[in-house]
Amino acid sequence: MSQLLDNETIAAFKAKTAAVAHPRELVIDLLRAIQEQVGWVPDEGVELAAEILGLPVIEVEEVATFYDKIYRQPVGRQVIHLCDSICCWSRGGEEVARHLRQKLGVGFGETTADGAFTLLPTCCLGACGEAPAMMIGRETYGELTEARIDEILEQKRKTI
Amino acid sequence: MTAYPQLLFKNRHLGATVSLDDYRKSGGYEGLAKALRELSPAEVRETVKASGLRGRGGAGFPTGTKWTFFPSDQPGEKYLVCNGDEMEPGTYKDRVLLETDPHQLIEGMVIAAYAMQIPVGYIFIRYAYARATAALERALAEAKAAGLLGANILDSGFAFELHLHGSAGRYICGEETALLNGLEGKRPNPRSKPPFPAVRGLFGKPTTVNNVETLASVPHILTGGADWFKGLAATEEGSGTKLFGLSGHLKKTPCLELPIGVSLREVVEEHGGGVWKGRRFKACLPGGASTPYLRAEHLDTSLDFGPLEQVGSRLGTAGVTVFDETTCMVAATLNLSRFFARESCGWCTPCRDGLPYVCWLLEKIEAGQGTLDDIDNLRGQKHNIDGRSFCALAMGAMGPVDGLLRLFEEELIDHVKRGKCPVR
Repeated sequence: MSQLLDNETIAAFKAKTAAVAHPRELVIDLLRAIQEQVGWVPDEGVELAAEILGLPVIEVEEVATFYDKIYRQPVGRQVIHLCDSICCWSRGGEEVARHLRQKLGVGFGETTADGAFTLLPTCCLGACGEAPAMMIGRETYGELTEARIDEILEQKRKTI
Repeated sequence: MTAYPQLLFKNRHLGATVSLDDYRKSGGYEGLAKALRELSPAEVRETVKASGLRGRGGAGFPTGTKWTFFPSDQPGEKYLVCNGDEMEPGTYKDRVLLETDPHQLIEGMVIAAYAMQIPVGYIFIRYAYARATAALERALAEAKAAGLLGANILDSGFAFELHLHGSAGRYICGEETALLNGLEGKRPNPRSKPPFPAVRGLFGKPTTVNNVETLASVPHILTGGADWFKGLAATEEGSGTKLFGLSGHLKKTPCLELPIGVSLREVVEEHGGGVWKGRRFKACLPGGASTPYLRAEHLDTSLDFGPLEQVGSRLGTAGVTVFDETTCMVAATLNLSRFFARESCGWCTPCRDGLPYVCWLLEKIEAGQGTLDDIDNLRGQKHNIDGRSFCALAMGAMGPVDGLLRLFEEELIDHVKRGKCPVR
């Protein structure tokens, strides 16, 4: 595992913690920063956040496990969140899901053998006018077809 | 196509995220200047109240009333929170608004803060809105640099500090008290009400929570006046313009600004280009995933709070999702119920245990293994869940179930009698 956070970032968070009236409000920022660095939030990340914020570990853990965009398990280098809500469902979302699973050779909640992609379902991404849609990393892709998915995955594989 | 006055989307033709310069060229921050220089906080509250603006986040509570309930004169810590956790399936208007013209939200928030004498604000934005977040970050930096945020705004002596909070995904965060817990860095379960946020909100202090579109409408009310804003509605009782996000089985699925109260028929046939693939209209969700379905006989209903309640539904977020004649309404309701079951925070029993049970019943019926007792049971679950959950999530989940039972009972019975889905 790479380092959880570089010293500079830790110092910046400690300074912020000292400057704000309610340090606890920084917990999501901190967990997201750790995830950005490591790819997910390991136990040591939860412990580090608790230490910086002066909170019991359990109070960070109950926040970390609540949100679905904070990963408490290892994930692939890219996480694909495929929308399975009503608008995407109404415009071929199930076929898109089938194609993605087949193409990647994994089911939802699984990571490809080469560690490139983790496939997860997500609720509505707010791309309902461009359904069906998915988010890879922080980027949203709409109007998905089988051909477009193949194209996006190929392009993503080149960058990771 | 009918051309309507554009407020929130008036700068959309520019194509890119509107900069501070372009926003000011189009009259931006004039509403704020007017509020700070010509009106007392109480006069701003009264103006918003007189405009008839109702909350655009789904509940439709009159904004001015909320503001006048707020203990504006109480000294000390108070907070203004913008709810940008837009996660109701079928809803994407706030994203388009923020990506298009984010200064409207900032200006609206400073005006709101002045009206309620609030020194600190937060914008709570959902994880998936990376582009909207970037647009807001830039706009916030521009506003700070131009003296439109911070100390002594426009030399008025009024100070307002505004923070951006990026969330990490979960529909329940859109519930205002869950959102406050999330902002505080706590597990975002909803809180019990009362006390309402106006009394004990963020960090235990008086707090007003408003939706993105609601706050972004405020500058226009200040510049155009309450009567003008109210008169923009298509109906006598309505007020203002409204962003509609179209989705589902339409030829075109844009997000657009229309007078509140336009007919569902106009939205579907004119702005949506009609039902796709030459098919017929079967049903729609008029305002997001938690609003009961409408059918073809409701096409002439005005899309406004009152008229939609009269036909058993709600305006909600005005995300209109259309279903064509080939759609199985049991399957659609199952999809919606699964969403709510998964997004339940698990705090209260009717929601945590009731929603999975509803899903199980719908799965059984959709698979052709249901009995007439299962349909009765579904009705019983709706009765058991509605009004008995800790927050509005489970009640929202019962919206489409209610629509299914009332408007598509025959289709449910057909599933049971044929022992299979008659549509799929």
